[in-house]
Amino acid sequence: MEKIRSLLPVEELEAEVLEKGKPILGICVGMQVLADRGMEFGEHRGLGWIPGVVQRLECSGYPLPHVGWNDIKIVKSTPLLKGLDTVKDFYFVHSFAMQTEERGQVFATADYGGEFDCVVNRGNIFGVQFHPEKSQKAGLRLVQNFLEVAQ
Amino acid sequence: MKKNRMIPVLLLRNGWLVQSKGFQRYQNLGNPVWSVKRLSEWASDELIYIDISSDDKHDLRRDDIGHPNRQSFLEIIEDVSKETFMPITVGGRIRTLKDIEMRLSLGADKITINTQALEDPPFIGQAAKEFGSQCMVVSVDVLQDSGNYQVLSHGGTRVMNEDPVAWALEAQERGAGELFINSVDRDGMQNGYDIELLQKISSAVSIPVIACGGVGKWEHFAEAFDQTQVDAVAAANIFHYMDQSVFHAKKFLFKKEYNVRPPDLISI
Repeated sequence: MEKIRSLLPVEELEAEVLEKGKPILGICVGMQVLADRGMEFGEHRGLGWIPGVVQRLECSGYPLPHVGWNDIKIVKSTPLLKGLDTVKDFYFVHSFAMQTEERGQVFATADYGGEFDCVVNRGNIFGVQFHPEKSQKAGLRLVQNFLEVAQ
Repeated sequence: MKKNRMIPVLLLRNGWLVQSKGFQRYQNLGNPVWSVKRLSEWASDELIYIDISSDDKHDLRRDDIGHPNRQSFLEIIEDVSKETFMPITVGGRIRTLKDIEMRLSLGADKITINTQALEDPPFIGQAAKEFGSQCMVVSVDVLQDSGNYQVLSHGGTRVMNEDPVAWALEAQERGAGELFINSVDRDGMQNGYDIELLQKISSAVSIPVIACGGVGKWEHFAEAFDQTQVDAVAAANIFHYMDQSVFHAKKFLFKKEYNVRPPDLISI
């Protein structure tokens, strides 16, 4: 977070996203920083835009990091996941994941020896743990969906 | 559930894609960027792209294909990442954190190191701290001779130690996110993976292991999944001489109900 503050104009971002409601999509660590707190290399503060904590994945002995194509389970419908009911393998590469406080803000989970949140949304703020930009057809569809939501 | 991955490996030598045998003999395969585009269209799960040049002179020597004649590996990486829509791991001649940062900023998703990790093991941890373990793939070149193993550095030319399992565990301990295991003696031989080696390493570590070296037919991929705990199977030569090779390889495994993504063809 210290590094983000040194690299990005966080106040301006907050003005755009929180006050003016500009749509934003956080990818991978970009989703994780939306949370209040993260536990990687000690406890750190996040942006706090979506209430939750980023914890190490609990994956009952499966290899970590979680690297590769994993299907997702859509738990609540959202325009972001439109058309993705059948093709839903996405590319993940991470060891930590967000535990979202408000379950109503979770739209999809993934199972890797244990379930974790992989699509969250609160108003104009979206986060995905996987990499749509690396997920071929499904990823392109998600990006297209986000652009439609954003218009 | 997560799928097992199938990963084509591309070797780049002074601007050309090459086929390798025993880490010594190389045959020219053509333009690096076009091959990547094809592998992307065949829905490869990932791509490993390694610069095995001994210097940084890259010359595509083709001005007739409407593509700029790139002079450095970094320029080629930049072109390659524009052509793909899949995760890329980049390796070869990485010595410093700056080398890693440049590759990641040009579009690599992960990097792989071998010689630098063996010569300066704490470097693995420094890089993992800076960029995250998830993008640190430690590449381990192993030579097997009459049941004895050697871990090699400098493109298979120097012996660094004789215990690949101990080195795999140390790399994991220091922050490697994945291990890319290459059998030097099987490189280009088409006689299948070194199952014993892969089983020893994949059962000892808790990070994903990528198998490489020796694939001569699709059944060799199945053998690795049947007999070891590797997370991913990689190969180079077998993917380069057949149209839609990755598609056919995946179809072979998918039909036999292996845990892989369905075969697909993509036009982007």
